[in-house]
Amino acid sequence: MKLTIQVNEGPYQHQSADTAYFFAKAAIEKGHEIFRIFFYHDGVNNGTRLTTPPQDDRNIVKRWSELAQAHNIDMVVCVAAAQRRGIVDDGEAQRNGKDATNIAPGFRISGLGQLIEGGVQSDRLIVFGD
Amino acid sequence: MSETKKMMYINRRAPYGTIYAWESLEVVLIGAAFEQDVSMAFMDDGVYQLVKGQNTTGIGMKNFSPTYAALGDYEVNQIYVEKESLEERGLTLDDLQHLVWEDEDEDYAEKDSIRLVTRTEMADVLAEQDVLFNF
Repeated sequence: MKLTIQVNEGPYQHQSADTAYFFAKAAIEKGHEIFRIFFYHDGVNNGTRLTTPPQDDRNIVKRWSELAQAHNIDMVVCVAAAQRRGIVDDGEAQRNGKDATNIAPGFRISGLGQLIEGGVQSDRLIVFGD
Repeated sequence: MSETKKMMYINRRAPYGTIYAWESLEVVLIGAAFEQDVSMAFMDDGVYQLVKGQNTTGIGMKNFSPTYAALGDYEVNQIYVEKESLEERGLTLDDLQHLVWEDEDEDYAEKDSIRLVTRTEMADVLAEQDVLFNF
């Protein structure tokens, strides 16, 4: 089955960031295709490479990056939500005159249309959040 | 994308206090360009999103409620409001904005966008959808 996953909550604050990751991983292991993972609301904070969790805790961002790399998954951070919350890539830094970037490997910033497209193109849209 | 799907945006939260309602509306407005069969549902505290006469001066937030009145222009005109959710909060349809759309096929006649449904009917409407966006 072709799946799009939407993550609506931030890492560490809310378990849905973990649950979405485990779901994605399990789905791939079962042979399903992940069309896209879309990060929205505070979920965009899953995509900052500047996160530094304690050493004895899981590294949620790194885990996403590794999953994306291992399985060539399209991971999209919503641009409008990212701008509000300070998730920045090179293009956004240039456009908005910011002095730094923080997007993690494997993530890209794009528009809400990517979420709608995921809903249209996939067999299931699965939302993780409150 | 040739395929047309029935897509519903479910709104369950109060308009302020969290950003879910506003960012949900942003998805609806963008999604309107995709020529899908779009509808919205308002239930639980989500019915407060449609209450008329909102004034956010005291909380320093943008009052985005006028945007709901523009939904008809985006061809988002199937807006389901759950009756029990209104009643549980002491609200009636009269407390909500009067949302309308213009029917091109009937000489731009103005029609109501809001459909008041019971909790049971809402379950049926949800079951008919291909894609549910839950906010």
